[in-house]
Amino acid sequence: MHGRLKVKTSEEQAEAKRLEREQKLKLYQSATQAVFQKRQAGELDESVLELTSQILGANPDFATLWNCRREVLQQLEAQKSPEELASLVKAELVFLESCLRVNPKSYGTWHHRCWLLGRLPEPNWARELELCARFLEVDERNFHCWDYRRFVATQAAVPPAEELAFTDSLITRNFSNYSSWHYRSCLLPQLHPQPDSGPQGRLPESVLLKELELVQNAFFTDPNDQSAWFYHRWLLGRADPQDALRCLHVSRDEACLTISFSRPLLVGSGTETLLLMADESPLVVEWRTPDGRNRPSHVWLCDLPAGSLSDQLPQHTFRVIWTAGDAQKECVLFKGRQEAWCRDSATDEQLFRCELSVEKSTVLQSELKSCKELQELEPENKWCLLTIILLMRALDPLLYEKETLQYFQTLKAVDPMRAAYLDDLRSKFLLENSVLKMEYAEVRVLHLAHKDLTMLCHLEQLLLVTHLDLSHNRLRALPPALAALRCLMVLQANDNSIKSLDGVANLPQLRELSLYNNCLQQAAVLQSLASCPRLVFLDLQGNPLCQEAGISEHLAKLLPSVNSILT
Amino acid sequence: MADSLPSEFDVIVIGTGLPESIFAAACSRSGQRVLHVDSRSYYGGNWASFSFSGLLSWIKEYQENNDIVIESSIWKEQILENEEAIVLSRKNRTIQNVEVFCYASQNLHEDIEETGALQKNHASVTSANSTEAADPNCLSTEEVSLSPLNSEVTAYQTPNSDTEVAPEVNDAEVTGKKESHSDDKTSEEETSKNKSTAEDSTEQLKKNRIAYSQIIKEGRRFNIDLVSKLLYSRGLLIDLLIKSNVSRYAEFKNITRILSFREGRVEQVPCSRADVFNNRHLTVIEKRMLMKFLTFCMEYEEHPDEYKGEYKAYETITFSEFLKTQKLTPNLQYFVLHSIAMTSETTSSTIDGLKATKNFLHCLGRYGNTPFLFPLYGQGELPQCFCRMCAVFGGIYCLRHSIQCLVVDKESGKCKAVIDQFGQRINSKHFLVEDSYFSENTCSLVQYRQISRAVLITDRSVLKTNSEQQISILTVPGEEPETFAVRVIELCSSTMTCMKGTYLVHLTCTSFKTAREDLEPVVQKLFIPYTEMEIENEEVEKPRILWALYFNMRDSSKVSRNCYNDLPPNVYVCSGPDCGLGNDNAVKQAETLFQQICPNEDFCPPPPNPEDIVLDEESSQSEASESSAIPPNSETPKENTNIGNSEESCE
Repeated sequence: MHGRLKVKTSEEQAEAKRLEREQKLKLYQSATQAVFQKRQAGELDESVLELTSQILGANPDFATLWNCRREVLQQLEAQKSPEELASLVKAELVFLESCLRVNPKSYGTWHHRCWLLGRLPEPNWARELELCARFLEVDERNFHCWDYRRFVATQAAVPPAEELAFTDSLITRNFSNYSSWHYRSCLLPQLHPQPDSGPQGRLPESVLLKELELVQNAFFTDPNDQSAWFYHRWLLGRADPQDALRCLHVSRDEACLTISFSRPLLVGSGTETLLLMADESPLVVEWRTPDGRNRPSHVWLCDLPAGSLSDQLPQHTFRVIWTAGDAQKECVLFKGRQEAWCRDSATDEQLFRCELSVEKSTVLQSELKSCKELQELEPENKWCLLTIILLMRALDPLLYEKETLQYFQTLKAVDPMRAAYLDDLRSKFLLENSVLKMEYAEVRVLHLAHKDLTMLCHLEQLLLVTHLDLSHNRLRALPPALAALRCLMVLQANDNSIKSLDGVANLPQLRELSLYNNCLQQAAVLQSLASCPRLVFLDLQGNPLCQEAGISEHLAKLLPSVNSILT
Repeated sequence: MADSLPSEFDVIVIGTGLPESIFAAACSRSGQRVLHVDSRSYYGGNWASFSFSGLLSWIKEYQENNDIVIESSIWKEQILENEEAIVLSRKNRTIQNVEVFCYASQNLHEDIEETGALQKNHASVTSANSTEAADPNCLSTEEVSLSPLNSEVTAYQTPNSDTEVAPEVNDAEVTGKKESHSDDKTSEEETSKNKSTAEDSTEQLKKNRIAYSQIIKEGRRFNIDLVSKLLYSRGLLIDLLIKSNVSRYAEFKNITRILSFREGRVEQVPCSRADVFNNRHLTVIEKRMLMKFLTFCMEYEEHPDEYKGEYKAYETITFSEFLKTQKLTPNLQYFVLHSIAMTSETTSSTIDGLKATKNFLHCLGRYGNTPFLFPLYGQGELPQCFCRMCAVFGGIYCLRHSIQCLVVDKESGKCKAVIDQFGQRINSKHFLVEDSYFSENTCSLVQYRQISRAVLITDRSVLKTNSEQQISILTVPGEEPETFAVRVIELCSSTMTCMKGTYLVHLTCTSFKTAREDLEPVVQKLFIPYTEMEIENEEVEKPRILWALYFNMRDSSKVSRNCYNDLPPNVYVCSGPDCGLGNDNAVKQAETLFQQICPNEDFCPPPPNPEDIVLDEESSQSEASESSAIPPNSETPKENTNIGNSEESCE
């Protein structure tokens, strides 16, 4: 038609594009080759900078070339005058910025910038902060840039208050920003140092309340945004418990001393040394873990030399000093007694509320109230449900037990993908509650039957338990940590789906083991039981292995000391 | 010069409003020979924007009831025996009830200056002071976006026309075409400059006071829209601007806040996720309920089973009744109804309300935290952008060029030509005429509605925050059941529509009575006249009005073509501005009309990449000589460099 522009057809365009691309590829490949050749030949000069910048300008993720550049720059540092170097660095900074514009999430580029700035005698940190601000303006969730910003802020000693204000501004713009919330969690303890707090210190209540309000606004606005919930959890979470010796147990007839710690550790390695004093004189002993593997563990034990337990004296005092943990514990074994112990009570120390903090319960109560309000509006929000459960546990695990179980049911229904995780969490909570109840009752008998447990945990807390009932659960194994139950005499684990018995080993006091209706397949899995010297009764009825031909003979051979084996 | 116009076109477009301009651009883009004329001296018709002095002359024109129409009958001689003439109107009857109020202090010698400004128009007002010339924004944007078009325009302007209020003249001055100033004007400038410096010192004494003289003096800072509209960021116009690449000719700013007026208080409406999060007035529960409802609105169509099940029963009730069932506090109901859906309390159905809400939310976040954009330098920029595109592809422009009549062939009943003010007969195949150009005879049967408009210049924002540069939209629902909601748009100086330290406030509603009767109650609720400021400190919170203008504008939208008497089939009608907030109506009209003329053509496709243009010596030469248009290939490479920038400012 008249007056119309004549335009190349699409085939012509495509062909032109193809040729262009081919040309580009050729250039790229030849430049790469040239760089590698020069590097091999050790010709680290400015021409390498030029060549690599051609490639990196188009593809900043070529890590080897950044290495190459660093080598060249290091070489040139020695050769050039300060003025020449200054202009070289300036050019490098500009080049890096252009690469970041190509890919603002290039690991290599950000790392190179860190490296370069770290080498400068007088880096211009203000400019770097501005660069970060600009990149975060474009993408406020660019965690590479956040990383770099933290690096710069540390190097330039930017006051935490300023950085906090910066996170404020970004959260205001878009609160689903993990990096920004996380940065807050680093800055706030710095801004409000508390005298008696660990590295992850707590915040003063006024600050905490302000943060809670902020984060509440976020999860009420969008309850499906995880970032706010994670921050909420951090706010209510507490520091790692202080290192402590939780329990010390001495058994006279086994001539054995057992300790459990607040965290797993590897005794004997480097700094983790234990000092054992028997009647105020040091005793040299060999420490080992109950399962004999000597890996980091909550529980360690040692054999006591015969002399230290002589029945002649009215009492023996044992003291264990954990130097690195700055903790010790002492117990006295009186004449005529078979055992002695000293331990921290789980009830006093609220050991099991560690998911959320020991903050004033008023704070937790008000958080619980608002979460329940949110839950009414959003009955299917998993984050809200989970937070309610955690808050209830932090407030009073036993009081809220029933309610918690109901919330678990709802949560499992709305989040079936994480059903197994939730089952384990629920098991953990129920086990904790049972331990609390046992301690309140001041007994050494733990009933965990009919609790729908899927896993066992906190076994290091059960050092003193003599009777344990795990029947009618969904357990699939008795885990190695069970070996920590040094006083266990009777173990019932009927009606589970147990396939392995790794944990039933080296239990010095175990007399009865009841395992009917489980999934034990072969006699071989019972091998570990042989290491329990006092085991006399074993119930294996209803297990697949009972179908094996000649099973009784086989078992009698495998476990000669066990008097009665029911199959 | 006029006789140099070619006498053959494919399309003649009469009127340079937005729909006409889009239509002209589309035709020109697809290769039609387009003649685009406007009897006025400025672009845009009722879509135009004026500097302050420009607006004063515009007012004067209507107040004086300009009947200086010289009836010439030369055209009658040109009508052949087998032809008929449809006479076009020479008088614009679309503006009525113009009323002006000045509250800013005007002492005697300032008065003199003002009258001077009125008589001589902007020329005396535009004291070319240094700040203005130094403003890089002012210079560059105007230069870039308009000057090529101007050269086109001036070529066809009658040489003896005194440079009137047209915005492009301002531009010419800014770009340094001082020759248009006569000597005595320059001397006047000198004196006004002297005066103004004297005033400045007194001004500093009376802090916060803005005198009328200052408004006059800085009159060119103003770009006052006759129609007050915004662009929905996912509306048809934005899509078209992007698709056609016309966006490169304009710059936009995001509206920064949505306001509501409730129980005598102006407050910000939280509409985006960030707004809701940051709002300090809502409780967390309200935040959740609002977010929940808004999320529902976003998706209400996507789950048809759910939504039918959920509110089938509500199909018969109004949106406001529906909101009451939605667990929203009265506060939130009000926000949603009036500020987000912007629907009427009594009349709009649930579905309409949900649709409007969804549309609002859909537009959120594309360019910012509100769904609206405003073109820098005013709404009047938009028709000009499309005119420019039309010109780039060979369209010919004549302002101050009226058409006396359409010539209709008796036998075929089709229009075949127009006769212009110089009696030149220009043939064409298609004719697009904007409603206001038709004579009373042609539209004797048409029932027009009216739009009530008010323009205020105020000294502060209706809602003060830490940033002065806010662009706000506020909907005030009608008080009586029969009155209409009033839309208030407040523009700050960074929109390049008013001088620093002032705000330009547009009020719009469908007319019930005269503009002043319709709008004054709302004005009184939100503002106080400037003079009351002497009563110290009482209600200082309210912005004070420095200057106010009321007028009614004809709303010719939604008029069926059949209502016009005896229109030949190849004469198309398009309407003036409608009362709505968006510009969809204009785009729809232009596209529909374009499809009628060019049924199989793409509507405003993107211009080709300059590298892909095949240069054919012969044809480009012959084209150039034939139409004397700017050859497209000379224009495109230059534009290409702008793409990045304009995209950035737009996205």
